[in-house]
Amino acid sequence: MLELHNGSLDVVEITSRWYKAVKDKNFGALIPFIGIVRDEKGIDGLSFDVYEPILKNWFNAWQEKAKKEGAMLYMAHSKGDVLNHTSSYISAVVSPQRKVGLRLINDFVEDFKANAPIWKYDLIDGKRVYARERSQALSGAGLLSKDN
Amino acid sequence: MARIEFLGPIGKEPEDIDIKNLKELKELFAGDKKLEDWLDICAVAINDTLVNEIDVKIQPNDKISLLPPVCGG
Repeated sequence: MLELHNGSLDVVEITSRWYKAVKDKNFGALIPFIGIVRDEKGIDGLSFDVYEPILKNWFNAWQEKAKKEGAMLYMAHSKGDVLNHTSSYISAVVSPQRKVGLRLINDFVEDFKANAPIWKYDLIDGKRVYARERSQALSGAGLLSKDN
Repeated sequence: MARIEFLGPIGKEPEDIDIKNLKELKELFAGDKKLEDWLDICAVAINDTLVNEIDVKIQPNDKISLLPPVCGG
């Protein structure tokens, strides 16, 4: 299940809802990853743009992959501004076995960082500054470059 | 006419364009100083699927998206 929220995520509400949804379904493990915005380099927080159509396709492909291992994925992400010390990203794997779940959450979060169509900005003095140096180019980047 | 969207931090309004393939789009953008740096680092999607070939044909009503480098979480 994929959900997008405006602003910071309500971690307690989201994770307890996911827990309640799966606790009676005989999964042995629910493994959450909760991202919290750090106070660093003078930022007030982060801000995000999300391109939903490709994000949904990307997530659905991962859900299919998880299903083949008897597991299931949850993910919540913020749109817009997220202040320091609040959460912008939660994902979780539910799986029958711990080892499968731990491997999946690692691979899923790594691939999320590299391929989910989400753009991050630092919030500095009320302005959004694109976090270019922390961003990764997607597959096929530069296709329309004059140097290509 | 195909429609092109400039996603995320590019900050440019969508445009309707009359092209037959991505090569023509590349030619159309050649010399656009504001877009030049973005084109070097953007991936391209047609109807929400990323593409890697410049010869891909474009149909009328196709949606082309330019996607700058990403960083979720």
